[in-house]
Amino acid sequence: MDSLVTFCLRMGDTTLILGQQTAAWCGHAPVLEEDIAFANMGLDLIGQTQLWYEIAAEAEGRGRTPDDLAFFRTERQFLNAQLVERPNTDFAHALMRQYLFDAWHLPMQEALCESGHEAIRDLARKSVKEVRYHINRSRDLIVRLGDGSDESRAKMQAALDALWPYAADLMATDAVEETLAAQGVLPDLARVRRAFEAETAATMARATLDIPANGHARTGGRTGIHTETMGYILAEMQQVPRSYPDARW
Amino acid sequence: MSKEWPLWEIFIRGQHGLSHRHVGSLHAPDAEMALKNARDVYTRRNEGMSIWVVESAKITAFDPDTAEQNFAAPKSKVYRHPSFFEIPDDVGAM
Repeated sequence: MDSLVTFCLRMGDTTLILGQQTAAWCGHAPVLEEDIAFANMGLDLIGQTQLWYEIAAEAEGRGRTPDDLAFFRTERQFLNAQLVERPNTDFAHALMRQYLFDAWHLPMQEALCESGHEAIRDLARKSVKEVRYHINRSRDLIVRLGDGSDESRAKMQAALDALWPYAADLMATDAVEETLAAQGVLPDLARVRRAFEAETAATMARATLDIPANGHARTGGRTGIHTETMGYILAEMQQVPRSYPDARW
Repeated sequence: MSKEWPLWEIFIRGQHGLSHRHVGSLHAPDAEMALKNARDVYTRRNEGMSIWVVESAKITAFDPDTAEQNFAAPKSKVYRHPSFFEIPDDVGAM
């Protein structure tokens, strides 16, 4: 597959699956205000997915629509980072997953604002405002709950221990990113990684949480290798359009 | 101490030049979270460009049972309204 198409799917699949996971909190978040905030964030992410899929579909030139890409691909064809498919175990896991994603997503989007590819640059300049709000919110909650009661700290630390190894998958790169970097489409991704490391180190220190030091890293999502939760997410997300492929709103 | 988060009243200004209007209330642990929650709950459809939050307990109001003594008297004092003046046509809209 073309490098540009692959990269756009890596980005769009990641925002789509996180949007789907976030939307699942609608009606279930611990308080009404958090419920609405999570639903808002999920909708922002699904809106960004639409933009990534439009660029991918056009570059691909096979006449597929964003809906085709979201609903008619199988698990191995999804290129999202494994982090975002990790389950909604509890609100601490959902928040920590969101924060780790945001800590990568913001520097990535900021860097993409200078992309040599016009459509990607436009997408980033539009999305970066949403992403700034997302991390502002998620960072604040990580600090409050980490540096909170004994119970909230324990829950946040458990979520960080469980999810930290998957953060590596957000930053996993291969020849696709190298090709696009050489073409000026992508910025220097080492800069994004350094920003992620500085952001998470500072925030976890404020939150009195310990980043696992064992160096475990889980990757593979960017090449279609997923964890046990992914099939269930796709089954729920794709069930209606696959049952009624010609259905219209 | 109650485990419930306190209630906050939310005021939003829709455009420059207009005043903030009360739009509703929500729960939040402190003012900063109240602002963030207000942004999500009340400005999803591009309603505002400024938000104020005020803890509901900080607002002082008359007891509704005293409405008669506080508010009934002006009802019979129509002369307090400036509606008895003849306005010349060339003044235009007031």
